[in-house]
Amino acid sequence: MTTSQEKQLMGTEPNDHGYRSYSLGEFTFTRDEHFAHIEWPTGRHVMAVEPFLKALMRDIAWNFFYGTVNFDSVIGTVNHYGDVDLFAGRFNEDYRRAEIDHLENFPHDEIKATFEAMLGDWVNASFDPFAAPQETGSAYGDKDGDNVAAVTRTRVTATRMVGLPEDEPLRSDESGFPVNRMFADVDQSEPEVTFEAGYEKEVSAFSLFKYLSRSDVTWNPSVVTVCKDSLYCPTTEEFILPIIHGNDRVEWFIQLSDEIIWEVADRETGRPRANVVMKAGDCAAMPADIRHQGYSPKRSMLLVWENNSAALPQMIARGETPNVPVVF
Amino acid sequence: MPEYKTVFGSLTNYEKGGVEIINDQAQNYVFSNFFEVASHSKPWEKVAVAKNMEYVIEAIRADGVSPWRIASHDEFALVMDGSVTIDLLDPDSVTVGSDTTGSIAVNGEPSGTKMGQIVAGRGHMALLPANRCYRMSAATASVVLLQTIVGPDTVQRWAEICQTH
Repeated sequence: MTTSQEKQLMGTEPNDHGYRSYSLGEFTFTRDEHFAHIEWPTGRHVMAVEPFLKALMRDIAWNFFYGTVNFDSVIGTVNHYGDVDLFAGRFNEDYRRAEIDHLENFPHDEIKATFEAMLGDWVNASFDPFAAPQETGSAYGDKDGDNVAAVTRTRVTATRMVGLPEDEPLRSDESGFPVNRMFADVDQSEPEVTFEAGYEKEVSAFSLFKYLSRSDVTWNPSVVTVCKDSLYCPTTEEFILPIIHGNDRVEWFIQLSDEIIWEVADRETGRPRANVVMKAGDCAAMPADIRHQGYSPKRSMLLVWENNSAALPQMIARGETPNVPVVF
Repeated sequence: MPEYKTVFGSLTNYEKGGVEIINDQAQNYVFSNFFEVASHSKPWEKVAVAKNMEYVIEAIRADGVSPWRIASHDEFALVMDGSVTIDLLDPDSVTVGSDTTGSIAVNGEPSGTKMGQIVAGRGHMALLPANRCYRMSAATASVVLLQTIVGPDTVQRWAEICQTH
């Protein structure tokens, strides 16, 4: 016997292009050769399927992240840490004025399972939604196999520091992580570590730059060191951040190499507020009331720094968190 | 096929970006450059360049030999320029309260058991384990970014280091 939720996850029978359609509440999602079509009772929206799948991939892999994940100026999700809003036009002042915006709330597991089913069906064999544009095949065309390995990657989340015994492993040729073509000039030497017997678990160091030069994904912050609730989440960036991240808390960027240009807009309306140009050594906070999207002309190394305090969701819900980290 | 050049900064060679305001205040982005900050710092001064509630990232100009320090929680040192040697010691008697945040300086030369040593160059990340003493040294001026919590020696001079307009 098939339950209604199992039916929901199975989607419809494949259409003429070989893809299934999915529904979540009153939202429906269908794809054809080129586009993802999203419909809701008061409106509809279309996105090119490549940026849609790249955004969907991040939303799933980051577990709906901190705050709002805008797929574009219309579609997205808001994480309430246990349940998730799926919206159309909620953060678009023109959609709201026209009263064609729509929002529904779903249990975390339900929306995640549906998104995973959709991603698994809509990603073809040659396409990797996490890869840079020149390092993957096309997202377009009729159904042509699948790429389960690419869409089910596990995000690296060290518990203390990568490379420590019983923590996340380092990257190497042998473990399937060759140096990326844009980081061929990055020094691959490791620190010199000498330790006395019994202290091998505490005297530890690794080359973060070597580790990052071997990342096989872009725009995917992964935890490498943990100081209580302070998480270092470095990532390698190339081309365009596939989502527009709407912050619900202060987030920090530390540019470790090369350059990223950030477009910053108001979280609620999308009206532009600033451009932030970051070069190696630059530090910048993203306030808690903005949305941002980054552009990285060359593959770069970015340290994303997050506060993962379990108290923050309640503080955010009560409006007790500041929009800026320091006042001076 | 082009040869890509990865650009890392240094104390003596960095290029700074900035905030281009459209409808906002530059101060909201707390924008600075840690090489610039370290270039104006005293040796081993712990200058906050990022702060999120009680947590901070400190830019440290590593030059010469630091005092011994200890923290009740893990810290992590990322060398961003030069080369830094880190000595680690399991102390006999030096302790730090569990509610103490950030590191505190240890008077003089603590007694204890040598744990080991790390020689870290640019891009190398080292664990500074909780409740252990550490001392850094650098033969030439280097830069360390420290992941830690605000402590008694954290220097906050945001108006001096950040873009204000």
